[in-house]
Amino acid sequence: MPSTPQDSVFDSDSQDRLDRIIATHAGREGPLLPILHDVQAEWGMIPEEAQPIIAKALGLTRAEVYGVVSFYHDFRDHPAGPHVLRLCRAEACISMGGDELADQICRALGIGWHETTPDGRLTLEPVFCLGLCACAPSAELDGKLIGRADAARISRMVAEVRA
Amino acid sequence: MRIFVPIDAAARALGADEVASALEAALQDQGVGARIIRNGTRGMIWLEPLVEVERDGIRHGFGPVTPEDVPALVAALAAGGLDHPRALGPVEDLPWMRGQTRLTFARVGVTDPVSMADYQAHGGLAGLRAAIAAGPEGIIGQVMESGLRGRGGAGFPTAIKWKTVAGADGPQKYIICNADEGDSGSFADRMLMEGDPLCLIEGMAIAAIATGATQGYVYIRSEYPDAIRAMTEAIGAARRHGMLGEAMLGSRFGYDMEVRVGAGAYVCGEETSLLNSLEGKRGVVRAKPPLPALQGFLGRPTVVNNVLSLAAVPWIMEHGGAAYGALGIGRSKGTIPIQIAGNVRHGGLYEAAFGMSLGQIVMEIGGGTASGRPVKAVQVGGPLGAYIPPAHFDVPFGYEELAGKDGLLGHAGITVFDDTADALKLARFAMEFCAVESCGKCTPCRIGSIRAVETLDRIAAGDGDAIPILTDLCNTMKWGSLCALGGFAPFPVMSLLTHFPDEFTGPANARKEAAE
Ligand SMILES: Cc1cc2nc3c(=O)[nH]c(=O)nc-3n(C[C@H](O)[C@H](O)[C@H](O)COP(=O)(O)O)c2cc1C
Ligand code: SF4
Ligand code: FES
Repeated sequence: MPSTPQDSVFDSDSQDRLDRIIATHAGREGPLLPILHDVQAEWGMIPEEAQPIIAKALGLTRAEVYGVVSFYHDFRDHPAGPHVLRLCRAEACISMGGDELADQICRALGIGWHETTPDGRLTLEPVFCLGLCACAPSAELDGKLIGRADAARISRMVAEVRA
Repeated sequence: MRIFVPIDAAARALGADEVASALEAALQDQGVGARIIRNGTRGMIWLEPLVEVERDGIRHGFGPVTPEDVPALVAALAAGGLDHPRALGPVEDLPWMRGQTRLTFARVGVTDPVSMADYQAHGGLAGLRAAIAAGPEGIIGQVMESGLRGRGGAGFPTAIKWKTVAGADGPQKYIICNADEGDSGSFADRMLMEGDPLCLIEGMAIAAIATGATQGYVYIRSEYPDAIRAMTEAIGAARRHGMLGEAMLGSRFGYDMEVRVGAGAYVCGEETSLLNSLEGKRGVVRAKPPLPALQGFLGRPTVVNNVLSLAAVPWIMEHGGAAYGALGIGRSKGTIPIQIAGNVRHGGLYEAAFGMSLGQIVMEIGGGTASGRPVKAVQVGGPLGAYIPPAHFDVPFGYEELAGKDGLLGHAGITVFDDTADALKLARFAMEFCAVESCGKCTPCRIGSIRAVETLDRIAAGDGDAIPILTDLCNTMKWGSLCALGGFAPFPVMSLLTHFPDEFTGPANARKEAAE
């Protein structure tokens, strides 16, 4: 298989790691999503090379596995930056100025949704509700939740993690 | 002395972890002996982080607390006092707490969420014991009498679903808890799973006895890592205690369960899409029949219930279906955990019997907008629910009552908007959301929503002739969609068009000026 730079995360000892992940879940009812979550946790994406191996192990076709990977917003076909900022775009956050906040952040970072800063350090993702709707607008930086978010605070936190 | 600092995600988003660390340091510095317990949230999110100090069995509140407030608070405690600028008095005496009928959320905010000992000290397991004594038919009888209806949106009677599964044959039956909670404005499932996960486990165990199911799954959205952690820990604690397993509490009933994590698809909250997702497939909606009750997970008889439906059951089994059914109005029986969100002064969770007026909830409990400006409208029931303006605030909070206003109770989330909200933008958002989240199975939803976004853009550019096209598209989606994603997305749009027609007509720049 021709190797593209994106796929290179899957190297020679990756096969072993993947086999171990598959073995952990093989006996479960409906093992595919748990496997894909673990694969993404391991490689930061679902490497293309992993898909036929998973398919074979579960008795599925490659198309079936690809179909599942592409259906869900969580599964990535290329890695995110080492830092991920997620901004909530849903209604409760809109009611508290979420749209304006998103505009400010996009301008400050110079990127749009699903994009990574030119230095490759930070990826911006939308999210539709974090369940923090009573302290909107909300955001999440590298898993840390932020309630009543404002642009100054987010920029400060982003600067800290990028430093 | 015990000091409580919530571990709920909303409290953490407002700095509860930093407050807990500051407390630990200050207690050590000042040589004060106290144990810090991380509890769930009481639901008064505007007071978070809400620290509680227990004295003579009474819990005194302080909030919202910042790390900077902590040294003075600890100094006051060390001196034997409770004086502090953030002091709120006994938490149970606050109007927000006194006004509620907290049945499902009785323990949330009170206990250590994953402590089996705390759980039992506060009434936990009484429902499961009663259920074991009552047996399958006895349980279904009590749930029937309670009038409990599904809290996930459709309002289907829970007992009837359970009876169908109980009567179905299969090598294995399942209890599946729908914890996908994708609706904006909703967070009750999250709060319960983080604050009292054992209650949900108990409810699922009772459902298992009622139906003959032996395996369960909680399908939690990936956006809720804290809930995933709390549920996983609680399941472990329940197993060690013998609450789950081959002989639950030493009875003849066996049942076990595990957590499964979604992957960021709103439509997977729809029960058949959820089943496909659990099976490891694309989350495409299945046609009904067959009913999931008869052919659900892996084609076997399956109960799919929302978190709140299942978590209401331990109380019902402990106190009897009649006591639950005595609360509420019309066909909306019992209590409903109302979530008040968005541009609101007092946002949070408020559990009360069905029947308060929407106006009472928004203006009295919620205290109006956070901005202090007039309320323009509230969206009830998540992204598929209608926007309701203050002129209709007399509507009682109940399934049929809201449906009578073309509204939706849904998961009982209410999102408040002030008068700066842009009706046209909100309408566009509703359709954009539908387009992004559509499972793709039916054309009116998949394509119709994209056309609707384009049509709304034409309207925004000043093309009034596009309004009838939008109305037509909405009708096609309403009648031609397989599930409520495509079928209900027109409701928020049409409600905005009905209540704020001026914002959809007239030149685009006049509209812009009005908004400024
Ligand atoms: C697009 C869509 C999303 C839904 N999302 C949820 C959800 O997040 N949680 C939920 O409990 N029910 C959701 N439902 C309703 C479920 O299909 C189902 O009615 C419910 O889980 C049944 O449980 P209940 O009877 O306890 O309410 C959704 C329905 C649709 C059409
Ligand atoms: S209405 Fe939309 S989400 Fe529902 S089944 Fe049809 S395409 Fe899928
Ligand atoms: S709408 Fe943003 S957190 Fe719920």
